[in-house]
Amino acid sequence: MYVAVKGGERAIENAHRLLANARRGDQSVAEVTLDQISEQLGLAVDRVMSEGSLYDRELAALAIKQARGDLIEAIFLVRAFRATLPRFGASEPVDTGAMRVQRRVSSTFKDIPGGQILGPTFDYTHRLLDPSLAEGFVPQAPALAEASTAPTPRVTDILGRDGLIETSPQAEDGASVGDLTREPLNFPADRDLRLQNLARGDEGFLLAMGYSTQRGYGRNHPFAGEIRFGEVEVEFAAEDVGFAVPLGSIELTECQMVNQFKGSASEAPCFTRGYGLAFGQSERKTMSMALVDRALRAHELGEEVGAPAQDEEFIMSHSDNVQATGFVEHLKLPHYVDFQSELGLLRKLRKEFAEASAGANASDAMKEAAE
Amino acid sequence: MTTIAELPPGFADKVLSAQSTFRSVMDAMARPGSVQRILPMAGTPETMMRGTAAIALTLFDHDTPLWLDARMAESPGVLKWLKFHSGAPVVQDSSIAAFALISDGAALPPFERFALGTNEYPDRSTTVIIQVESLDRGPGFELRGPGIDGAATLQASIKPVDLFERLRCNETLFPRGIDVVLVADDAVAAIPRTTRVLGKGG
Amino acid sequence: MNAPAYNFAYLDEQTKRMIRRAILKAIAIPGYQVPFASREMPMPYGWGTGGVQVTAAILGPQDVLKVIDQGSDDTTNAISIRKFFAKTAGVATTTSTEEATVIQTRHRIPEASLHANQVLVYQVPIPEPLRFLEPRETETRRMHALAEYGLMHVKLYEDIARFGHIATAYAYPVKVNARYVMDPSPTPKFDNPKMDNCPALQLFGAGREKRIYAIPPHTKVVSLDFEDHPFEPYRFNAPCALCGAENSYLDEIVTDDKGSRMFVCSDTDYCEGRQAAGHHGALSAAPYKDKAQGKAREKANG
Ligand SMILES: [Zn+2]
Repeated sequence: MYVAVKGGERAIENAHRLLANARRGDQSVAEVTLDQISEQLGLAVDRVMSEGSLYDRELAALAIKQARGDLIEAIFLVRAFRATLPRFGASEPVDTGAMRVQRRVSSTFKDIPGGQILGPTFDYTHRLLDPSLAEGFVPQAPALAEASTAPTPRVTDILGRDGLIETSPQAEDGASVGDLTREPLNFPADRDLRLQNLARGDEGFLLAMGYSTQRGYGRNHPFAGEIRFGEVEVEFAAEDVGFAVPLGSIELTECQMVNQFKGSASEAPCFTRGYGLAFGQSERKTMSMALVDRALRAHELGEEVGAPAQDEEFIMSHSDNVQATGFVEHLKLPHYVDFQSELGLLRKLRKEFAEASAGANASDAMKEAAE
Repeated sequence: MTTIAELPPGFADKVLSAQSTFRSVMDAMARPGSVQRILPMAGTPETMMRGTAAIALTLFDHDTPLWLDARMAESPGVLKWLKFHSGAPVVQDSSIAAFALISDGAALPPFERFALGTNEYPDRSTTVIIQVESLDRGPGFELRGPGIDGAATLQASIKPVDLFERLRCNETLFPRGIDVVLVADDAVAAIPRTTRVLGKGG
Repeated sequence: MNAPAYNFAYLDEQTKRMIRRAILKAIAIPGYQVPFASREMPMPYGWGTGGVQVTAAILGPQDVLKVIDQGSDDTTNAISIRKFFAKTAGVATTTSTEEATVIQTRHRIPEASLHANQVLVYQVPIPEPLRFLEPRETETRRMHALAEYGLMHVKLYEDIARFGHIATAYAYPVKVNARYVMDPSPTPKFDNPKMDNCPALQLFGAGREKRIYAIPPHTKVVSLDFEDHPFEPYRFNAPCALCGAENSYLDEIVTDDKGSRMFVCSDTDYCEGRQAAGHHGALSAAPYKDKAQGKAREKANG
């Protein structure tokens, strides 16, 4: 006698209770607080804010806690929350040239106005596991200087003054900026949508794609013109007020790649740009993004298109880790109806194959016997 | 000059009224020629029927450019009411409209003036909402096509009187085309681009 | 912290309007995939976000909702989605195909005939029937625009050349209203004939791929085939072990480690209904008790 499985609802509830316990872990160990996550796992928070496309450290920290440290799951939580938020409008474009810079490096010039600022970085650390960090570590007080009031112009602006680099595209007045979370994406997509897609895109995916351009799959001769990290003001132009209202400041990382360009009969040769921007301190992300942005401009710049990183449909359709993880992981949902269908077909094909080969063997045997 | 307070109100319950109105319109579109009732009522500016107002509140917003025929556009209350309750931009160019509101069917522009969609994106077309005299009296139109079990008869008193002849363009345009929603007071019927008119009865 | 507050049926009204407009276009152009700005839902992409968005956009307080996955109301994802709507919309839910006004499904069409007052909402993973022949959206869109479906016929014909049959067992492509080739979602091809001239409205939602499409009631839906190789729905040739049905789609259940197996209806409501009506199969447990409880309409309380 067979009784179909029931009680799925109970099973789900029990599984979720188990999850809650696994998340908390050994209860004799102190619970991690949102402040601890935000302060001590700051780069994880930055990544979740960036790819979740919601600037809220506290919610990102909560998401990381809820997701047991699984950052893609945390990004998913933030995205699902973001989708329900009302839209009041778009902010004014932020001015990264006026950034209060905490870190700023250029690989193209030894010295730049405003100076190179190393800031908090893993660069030049020796990657030796540090047992002193295991517990009770108190860092030395940082060496501080008066914040410089000297302007820190973007390196690309310095190149731009001499016309050595293509001009940054200017926003058309009144032209609406695309938003792929509010409009279905169509191909070919303009650069605003591509950049939005990359900004939300998975860091690992962009890293691999950017890396592939360096290894020759759509090479674009990049120099890290500048990477800067710091605070910028966000302003919102409220229609009925008549002027831009400050909303506060956010931390951003910006990367401007300077890339080669041959020029044409009608245009003098000049450098081209690849652009990356992300919330918080997200250098790997913005550098990868800038490489891929530049690769995706291949068509626009009249370059041969063939590498994966240059393929807009390929990149934009696969960069989103929330989409990707959902679809990959959906394979664990039951598929037994389809599988049954395939099984039936396969059995039938195998039976026919067996019958056909049996027939062929029989006729071979008869042939041999006759010979 | 009307102030916002003097404007006829929108739905009493925005969420559930929009849902119920949508279901009526969806059923009308899914079963061409069938006449559905729109139950939830909003205030209506003059020249706009109750059904039209409910549809406007249900489907229009910032993302739906709207074209109004002369009689609608000239009615002082309509523009303000639509702007306040839906925020839909009213456009002069009918070929970019997501919806067109027609109160004077006799003056309906040729369908070519509206968006017909493209073969790649046939959905980028104008849905034309026409207010008519009646959807239960008048000549009978025999309709066939998807959504119809065999044939359906729509009895309606419609202007323009040659509406169905004009809609023949949908046969050659398909998948491009025009979808029409007919409104008579609180009654609604739809003629999507797949519907064919076979004959006109008495 | 911003405490989340959610709307009736979860989606905000602006999103519902956008989805509703897409649904109307989908009905007006049967089988054509209307792009829509799919939202990030609180369940993963690939787990029914498209179907959930369509259901959320049409659902009202008077509706009675049934959710099935693999034909069953009791599979975990079906339960999860049913609970989601019970909680966010407070609608009545049911396992009865007959009683439901909205049925959301993954991978099956119920065995019982649907009626005019019902909407069947399919969860769709890959809405583009040409996708596995041509991965580029720009290309497949052009093919649909020109009704250029030769590639699909070539693929089906290659199957015949290689296997002697069309080797597609599920997600078997159909042509809708003699125009658009459409993916029926990964239903077994056994279910394809149910789509033709169906009295209920059929809506398809693909969340990750951001497409909505529809088959209006009483629309011609033809499974692609060749004159000399006509379409054949597949069904394992056995009666259901529980209810004895000879015409239902069957799940194969492995019952021990010696290769024993049994076949039972995949549509649990259909099977239970037959058992309650006194039908039984070789292995049914009689008398059938679970019925009254299973059929009972559950009024959601969140
Ligand atoms: Zn059975």
